[in-house]
Amino acid sequence: MSVSVAAPPRAGTLGTNASRPDGIAKVQGGFAFSSDMWAENMLWGATLRSPHPFARIVSIDVSAAWKINGVETIVTADDVPGVNAYGLIVQDQPVFARVGDLVRYSGEPIAAVAADHPETCKRALEAIKVEYEVFDPVVDPEECIAGRAPEIHPHGNVFRHQRIVTGDPSVTGDVVVEGDYEIGMQDQAFLGLEAALAIPDSGGDGVELYIATQWLHEDRKQIAACLGLPEDKVRLVLGGVGGAFGAREDISLQVHTCLLALRTGRPVRIAYGREESFYGHVHRHPARIWMRHHATRDGRIVKIESRMVFDGGAYCSTSPAVLINGITHTQGPYKCDNAVVDGFAVRTNNPPCGAMRGFGVVQACYAHESQMDKLAAACGVDPVEIRLLNAMETGDKLITGQVVDSVAPVEECIRATAAIPLPPDLPSDADFRDIPGGSGRTADRSHIRRGIGWGVSIKNLMYSEGFDDYSTARCRISNGVVSIKFATAEVGQGFVMLAQQIARTVLGVDEVLLDTIDTQVGSAGSTSASRQTWMSGGAVNAACVAVRDKVLAHVAQYNDLDAENLVVDGTEIVDIRGTFRKPVAEVIRHLEVDETAEYHHPPTEDLDENGQGNCHVAFAFVAHRAVVDVDPELGLVKVVQVATAQDVGRVLNPLSCVGQVEGGIAQGLGLAVMEEIVVTNGKVRNPSFTDYLLPTFLDAPDVEAVFIEEFEPKSPLGAKGVGEPPCISVTPAIANAIRNATGRELPRVPIRPYDVCL
Amino acid sequence: MSVALPTSVDEVVDLLVRNPSATLLAGGTDLMVEVNLHGRRPTDVVALNRVAELRTWSVDSSRRTVTIGSGVPYAEMETGELARLLPALAEAARTVGSPQIRAAGTLGGNLGTCSPAGDGLPVLAALEASIDVVGPNGSRQVHFADFMVGVKRNSLRPSEFVRSVTFPLNDGWQGYAKVGTRNAMVIATASVCLVRTNDHVAVALGAVGPTIIRANGAEAWLAANHRMSSPPSNDTLAEFGRLVREASRPIDDHRSTAAYRRHAVGVLAQRLLTRSYS
Repeated sequence: MSVSVAAPPRAGTLGTNASRPDGIAKVQGGFAFSSDMWAENMLWGATLRSPHPFARIVSIDVSAAWKINGVETIVTADDVPGVNAYGLIVQDQPVFARVGDLVRYSGEPIAAVAADHPETCKRALEAIKVEYEVFDPVVDPEECIAGRAPEIHPHGNVFRHQRIVTGDPSVTGDVVVEGDYEIGMQDQAFLGLEAALAIPDSGGDGVELYIATQWLHEDRKQIAACLGLPEDKVRLVLGGVGGAFGAREDISLQVHTCLLALRTGRPVRIAYGREESFYGHVHRHPARIWMRHHATRDGRIVKIESRMVFDGGAYCSTSPAVLINGITHTQGPYKCDNAVVDGFAVRTNNPPCGAMRGFGVVQACYAHESQMDKLAAACGVDPVEIRLLNAMETGDKLITGQVVDSVAPVEECIRATAAIPLPPDLPSDADFRDIPGGSGRTADRSHIRRGIGWGVSIKNLMYSEGFDDYSTARCRISNGVVSIKFATAEVGQGFVMLAQQIARTVLGVDEVLLDTIDTQVGSAGSTSASRQTWMSGGAVNAACVAVRDKVLAHVAQYNDLDAENLVVDGTEIVDIRGTFRKPVAEVIRHLEVDETAEYHHPPTEDLDENGQGNCHVAFAFVAHRAVVDVDPELGLVKVVQVATAQDVGRVLNPLSCVGQVEGGIAQGLGLAVMEEIVVTNGKVRNPSFTDYLLPTFLDAPDVEAVFIEEFEPKSPLGAKGVGEPPCISVTPAIANAIRNATGRELPRVPIRPYDVCL
Repeated sequence: MSVALPTSVDEVVDLLVRNPSATLLAGGTDLMVEVNLHGRRPTDVVALNRVAELRTWSVDSSRRTVTIGSGVPYAEMETGELARLLPALAEAARTVGSPQIRAAGTLGGNLGTCSPAGDGLPVLAALEASIDVVGPNGSRQVHFADFMVGVKRNSLRPSEFVRSVTFPLNDGWQGYAKVGTRNAMVIATASVCLVRTNDHVAVALGAVGPTIIRANGAEAWLAANHRMSSPPSNDTLAEFGRLVREASRPIDDHRSTAAYRRHAVGVLAQRLLTRSYS
C-alpha cells in the first residue's frame, strides 16, 4: 500500500530521516531540560499541599516558617493578585486553597515558599501549620451522577453530561453482546519532571517564565489572569521538555513560580520531584463503560448502546472534552447507523484527570474492541473477519452524523497488519528473559500459553467542537540566512526537525535556523491531539511558501522572467520554460524577506442535545495485533510482538514515525498490564516509580510497523498526526490476546496477575 | 550531617560505639531513596564502601562453606564462581533492580533493611546461612532465622553491624523464583527459595509475611511422604503446594492481594520442586 517515491529526496528534506537539531545534545547529556535551568541570585520555591482529599481549611499559620533563616517569602491564596482560579475550559481550580474554603483532592496546593536552598524550603513547609476540618471524600462517580453526594464545588459535581442518539434507537440485532468495562488511572509518567524558572522584570511589573509546557500562549493567558497582569507583561520561553503526553497542558507550578519571583524580585525556580509530580499534574481518566452491540447473524453491527462514566477528579481540566472524545468514538472504526450513548464526566475528590495521549478514545477503544471480540465469538467469526466486515470507509457517517471525509483506510490497516509474519513459537530452551516472569524465573516453557489479539481504532485529530486551534509561524531571510520562528512546544516529538525539513523542501536551502520557542510570535496551539504536524507544519509551510513566492517574484523582476514559471528545484531556482537556473543560496544572499502565516483548520461545530454535529476536524486509523505469552497459573504476561499498520497520510520522517509507534505501543502496553495510579479513598497509594510500574526493556515487545501512505488531501502536507494512534488500540489488542490465551473475560485494565489466575 | 569513611572493620565498630545511632551506608539503594524520596535526614553516616574486607568473599573447603562480605554487590553474585557455588543466590541477585542497582546493592544492605521483600533473604533462610555480626564485644554468629525478627526489624544490638554471611555448600539442588508485576526491576510480590538435598527439601518464602517464612510443615510432610530420589507425583505436588500456601501469612496492599501472594508461593514452590528434578 505504500506510495513509491520516484527520486530519493534531498538529505534533510521531507520524507527523509533528517537528524534532529537537538539529538546529539540529548544523547550526550548536554541538552538543558527545564530542571537544569539556573539563574544568578536565584531562589528555590516549594509548594505546601493538602494531605486530605476533602477538607475545609480552618486556619493557616505561617509565622513559624517566616522565622526560618533563608526564607524569603511565603504566599497563600491572599497573595494572588489576580483571579485565584485557573483551568483550561472553566476556571474552577484555585491557585491556592483559601482559608475557609475546601481542599478537594489530596495534593492540592495551599501555600508556596521561596528560600535560599531546597532544604530551607522543606523546613519552611514543615513549619507551616494548617488546621483542617476533614470530611469523607466523595470517590464514587455514580453517587455524583445520582445527586446523592455532597457538593464538592460550587460548579457542581457533574462536569458534563452528553447523549448521542442516532438512527432508530428501537432497532435490535439477531446477536447481542454486552459488557461492563473498567479502565484504571494511568499516569503520563514523563521522565522530565515539572520545572520552571521565573525571572521578574526590574520594577516588578512583569515576569519572564522558562517553562516546560505544551502550549505557551494558553499558559500565558491563565498565568496573566492569576497574576493580574496584562498578557504582554508575561513572557514565556519554552524550557527543555522531557516528554509531555498531556500532563503539561494544565497549569501546575507556573503561577506559583511567577508569584514567588514577583514577590521577592529575584529569580525563582521550582522543580518537582517524582512524588510531587504525581500530585502536580492531571492523569488519564479512570472510566467505567457499559457497552452493548447488536449485530446481524453474520456479524454486521446494527446498533451500539453505551453508557460511559469518566471520573474527572476534583477539578474540571479538560474533562468535558475528554468525555466528548470518548462518546463520539464509541463505534470505533466501524460502520454503525443506530446508536444510543450516554456519557458523564464527573467531579469527585480523586486526583484531577485531564489530557493524556489518546484523550478519551483510549477508554472507548478498550470497550469497543473488547466487544468486537465478543461479537466475533457470538457470531462464530474470526476476530479479523468481524473487523473487516464492519470496517469504516471514507464517506461513512459517524454516530454524530458527521461524514468521515478523511482518508479512511481501515481495511488496508487490518490487512497490512495481518500480513506481517507472526513471531516464532517460544523455543523449548527459551531464555528466562523471554518467558513471562522474566528475571524472576517463575515459569518453564511448559507453563506458557500463547494468545493473539486484535485492536483497531479511529482517532480524531486536532481540537473539536468549534475550537479554532490555529497555529502561527514566521519565516525570515536575512543576510542569506533562513530562520523559522514558532511557539510550537517541542516536547520530544521532533517538530524542530520537521520545521527544518519543511523549510529545506520549500525554500531549497540546506541550513535552517530555528529561533527561540517563546511567546514573541503568535500562538501555535497545543502540542497535543496529534495536531502539530498538521497545524504547525501547515503554518511553517505557509510561511515558507509566502517567503518563497517573494523570492521568486524578486528573481522574476530582476531577470525579466515570469514568476509563474519559476520553481524551486532542489537547491536551485529554475525557469521551467526557459534556461534560467540559479542557486537559491546565491539569490537570497542580499534579500530581506519576512513573512508570518497562520494556519487554521476548517471550522467544526458543537454537538446538539442528541450528540449530532460535525464536531471533529479529521481522523486517523490504526490496527494492532498483539502476540502474548501468558503464564495462566501465575497471571504473568510477556508481550512477544505487536504488529501494526497505521494510517499516516504521508511519512515525513520515517525514523520519527517509528519512534512514535514504538513509544505509543510501550505506553499502551503499560495500560494493558501494569500502569495504574492506585487510589484508595482519594489518596494515591503508589506515587513513585518503585510502585507505579512502567514497562522496562524486558517488557517491551518487538514492534513490526507498516505505514499506510495515502495522501490526505485535507492536510497541508498530506500527512496525518501519528502521535496518539499507536497507544490506543494496542491496549485492547493485548487484552484480547490475554483473553485468547486464557479464556478469561478480563473486563478491566490494567490486567493484574490475580485477574488472570484467581 | 557528618559522613565517616572508615577503612577497617575495627574503625567501623569504634565509630558505632561512639555513636550507636549513626546510620550505616552500604550500596545506598535503600538509604538514598529514604533520603531523596522520603526526606530522611540522618545526622551521622558511616559509609562502608572503603572497608575492603567487606567487599571480599572466600571459600572454606574444609568446612564446605562460602563466606560473602556484607559489602559484596549483587552483580558479583550473579555470574562467575559465586554463581556456580550458590546458584539460588545468583538467581535472586539477578532479580534485584537494574544493573546499576545490582552494582551497588549488597547482602549487608538487605540484612540491614530486613524488608520481607528483600530479594536475597529467602536464600539465606533456605540455606540456613549464618551471619557474622561484629560489635564492641567482638563477633558472634547469628542464624538467619534469629536475625530477622519482624518487618524491617533485625536482632542487631546497639553498635553492631553485619560483617559477612556464611553459606553452607551442599551437593543438592537450589533455586529461586520471584513474582512481580513486571518482567524485571520490580519489588517481589512473592518469592520462594527451594533447596533439595538427599533427604530434605527446604522452602523459604519471601514477601508473604512479616519475616521470611520457612514452610516447615510442607518440608516435614515432604520428608515423610516423598521419596527424594524421584520426581514428585501430581498428588505430592498438590499437597506440597497446599502446605506451602498454608505457611504463608500475606497481606493485601497496593502491590497485590493476600490471596494472590498465597497462591503464588504455592505455585512457585511446586514449580521449583519440579525444576529440581529436571
